[in-house]
Amino acid sequence: MATRTFGESVLRNEDERLLRGRGMYVDDIEATDAYHAGFVRSPFAAARITSIDVSAARELPGVHLVWTCDDLGRFDIELPLLIPHPALTHPKTQRPLARDRVYYVGQAVAFIVADSRYIAEDAAELVEIEYEPLDVVVDYRTSADEGTSLVHDDVPSNTACHFVQSCGDTEKAFAEADRIVKYEFEITRSAGHPMETRGCLAEWHERRGELTLWNSTQASIPLRGGLASLFGLAEDKVRVVAPDTGGGFGTKVYFFYPDEVLVPLAAMTLNRPVKFIEDRSEHFVASNQERAQTHEIELAIKEDGTVLGLRDTFIHDTGAFIPYGIAVAQVASCSIAGPYRIPNIEVEFKAVYTNTTTVSPYRGCGRPQACFTIERALDKVADELGIDKAEIRRRNFIQPDEFPYNRPGLVFADGLPVTLDSGSYEAALDIVLREIDYANFAQRQEEARTEGRYLGIGIACYVEGTGLGPYEGAHVQVHGTTGRVLVATGLTSQGQGHQTVFAQIAADQLGIDPSMVDVVTGDTDAMQWGVATFASRAAVVSGSAVHKAAKAVRTQAFEFAANMLECAPGDLEAEDGRIFVKGSPDRSVALKTVATASNPLRYAFDEDAAVATQFASVYGDVQGPPLPEGKAPGLESWEYYSPPHATWASGVHAAIVEVDLKTLQVRYQRYVCAHDCGAVINPMIVEGQVCGGIAQGVGGALYERLDYDESGQLRNASFMDFLIPYATEVPRVELHHLETPSPLNELGIKGVGEAGTIPVAALTASAVTDALKPFGIEIDHAPIFPSELYALLREAGAIT
Amino acid sequence: MSVEPEQVVDVNIIINGTECATSVPSRMLLSDFIRHEAGLTGTHVGCEHGVCGCCTVMIDGVSARSCLAFAVQCDGSEIRTVEGLAAVDDTLNPLQQAFHECHALQCGFCTPGFLMAITEFLDRNQRADFSETEVREAISGNLCRCTGYTSIVDAVLLAAKRMYGKED
Repeated sequence: MATRTFGESVLRNEDERLLRGRGMYVDDIEATDAYHAGFVRSPFAAARITSIDVSAARELPGVHLVWTCDDLGRFDIELPLLIPHPALTHPKTQRPLARDRVYYVGQAVAFIVADSRYIAEDAAELVEIEYEPLDVVVDYRTSADEGTSLVHDDVPSNTACHFVQSCGDTEKAFAEADRIVKYEFEITRSAGHPMETRGCLAEWHERRGELTLWNSTQASIPLRGGLASLFGLAEDKVRVVAPDTGGGFGTKVYFFYPDEVLVPLAAMTLNRPVKFIEDRSEHFVASNQERAQTHEIELAIKEDGTVLGLRDTFIHDTGAFIPYGIAVAQVASCSIAGPYRIPNIEVEFKAVYTNTTTVSPYRGCGRPQACFTIERALDKVADELGIDKAEIRRRNFIQPDEFPYNRPGLVFADGLPVTLDSGSYEAALDIVLREIDYANFAQRQEEARTEGRYLGIGIACYVEGTGLGPYEGAHVQVHGTTGRVLVATGLTSQGQGHQTVFAQIAADQLGIDPSMVDVVTGDTDAMQWGVATFASRAAVVSGSAVHKAAKAVRTQAFEFAANMLECAPGDLEAEDGRIFVKGSPDRSVALKTVATASNPLRYAFDEDAAVATQFASVYGDVQGPPLPEGKAPGLESWEYYSPPHATWASGVHAAIVEVDLKTLQVRYQRYVCAHDCGAVINPMIVEGQVCGGIAQGVGGALYERLDYDESGQLRNASFMDFLIPYATEVPRVELHHLETPSPLNELGIKGVGEAGTIPVAALTASAVTDALKPFGIEIDHAPIFPSELYALLREAGAIT
Repeated sequence: MSVEPEQVVDVNIIINGTECATSVPSRMLLSDFIRHEAGLTGTHVGCEHGVCGCCTVMIDGVSARSCLAFAVQCDGSEIRTVEGLAAVDDTLNPLQQAFHECHALQCGFCTPGFLMAITEFLDRNQRADFSETEVREAISGNLCRCTGYTSIVDAVLLAAKRMYGKED
């Protein structure tokens, strides 16, 4: 095999245009004469709508339509439940526009299309709505309690889902335990907040009956299917394109947001393109959120720290609706035992409604909550037993010779039992402990305390189920005219470098430079078969499909070249865009010439075509039909990859923090991470994913909490008050790669998209607890704010 | 002089050296003017309340949030946006090149704002030897949700060395 770029930090194909400001995000797309949409949103968290008067709004010059639910006809429906589940007994989804009741601040009540967004907002102010406020449920922890008001009249105890799953025999484990411990932990609500808000542009071609939706979405293909179904169109009459997308983080995988129905509908109704670009204030209340869970975990342990059994009961806040199903809670419940053996597990959760914004996955999707729970629990167990906290993890790790390690009875988000395929957990821990100089930390900590400084060290280990099915596809085609290679796959991109890593995979097979590969993602016209980008699956699933298709094209190309060069395919090699006979590089043909020749030609329309017609037929038989039976013209292939089940990545993070007792600020002094995502396609891009995830993790550990008051108003609905970390808050990460290849796919890769977010809150809480050990303070929730540290320290008498 | 919000006003705004003379409603934000009147969509809108920095441009040589300015306030002003950074022959400038080499962008949405803010920083402090702390401070007015910032810090350090480092 000639030079391979797999494993190389190839610079990105995406950058040239993005650095020049030539990206094409949805709001950059100008459609001639487009109208612009806006919404009227509920200012109440729970209310009956007693009247709506849109007449003044409709009369405003420049306004083309104002809709309420009454104007939607057959589109006034409860939007689809995307992922049903038998345990999800009381699913509720919202309508595009609220009918009779509103259930959260920000819920869409009226929809306006006007000449400009400015005028649409003017019109929104003219819409008169009378509300009758109802009781509001905000505290999810008591939402299911007797006596709490109902969010939905027909959902008793506000419980959408009560789900129990178990593995092994917890009764026996708890009976055999030397000790049983019980702790409670809470993670509060946050949200992804990609820098680009949501948005879409719909174009309707009436005569052709074709709908095109440009959408900042992570789920082009399923959205296309949904729109086709909703509008009664054949799927090939609907095109969904995710153009350049400014971050997704899960927020953009969910559909239908109301605009995704109403904007196309408006385009069809008005026969004009219609564009909607969400603003940040709307995003705060109308785009989905996540993270809120309270866990009560019990561990059955032996005196040596081995965990025999685990029982976890948690409450999951699903907001006002549950259209994405129970994925977040289900993933949390499957991840609760982390990288530890713990053969006996029982996890139970209730997903409860509150009058807050709908919850659907945000990067991590339940894994951060599970990690916080088990990691903090192990810290406490270590403390109780007088065992070092790194050591207790070591004693419980699944060892390399125990893989594949099954947790039968725990069903992952792909509907399949949890099977950890591979991992080197202890090796990762060893790297981290060595790099952060764990052995000498206690002494440093002691010295610092004598100076009145409070340092602490925290460790957290995680596993990450990645690379789920159902499948992805890839179309790889070599173009004769330019020699450029097209790679199309159906899932979408939000900055994770697909245009580079998929190019690398294809380039390696075809002997070309990755810069010669044009990767198209998220356009249903380019590839209509596939799923979406979520759950750290793109590299594994699309990457494997691209690999298969590129291999098929390579085989085809070599077969053709062998006939053209009159040798055997096994004699050939590909490099620098040429296919040549090994050892005789002058006996060669350009890949692009092979591509041209692969289409039996009559007309030599260019030089390559002329050259191509001079070679022997690519099929090696000048007597037979030019295009033999069963063969197709062109140098291209469509291939699909469907994983047998999820592949599990893992890692260990550790950090040294300092807590300033005057300002109560927590600063990371060092942050070390050893992560394992199997074979690495592009280390630079992987590091970017991990570091970016860690930054969001830092947000979740110390800064980001969506703060709802008792009336369901979001108090911090702006970047002034919802604090996303800047460069001054995020540490430099010392990152170490391990590669335990996945046995599940030929490339040996696992996903890494969410890795960084998972353990940060846990290890930060661990480190802060360690720092404040002299005061006996335990950090059992995330994020932890200076004001909360202040209160805890005052209570402990540490400060006055 | 006071005008009604939708009242149309003539403006001439010079963006990257090119005059853009047109009539706009007085309440049109500079960010919307740049993006939709001048058609320069490299400047992005992330929050419209002046915190995220995605919309950062230079107004008469000083970095500013274009989402917090009205187009009419900038009549006669010289605006510089990301589209004006690359060389006349379209070569990436040293800062852009450093971003590319350091993987200092992922989705690219915040990138133009960072480039403009850093361009000003480097221009005002023409040094090759910034500390990491200084750089983090300098970029602490721009949010990035993708990179975790360190690669951006590295890009600034690299660009500074290349632009202001002594020749060997």
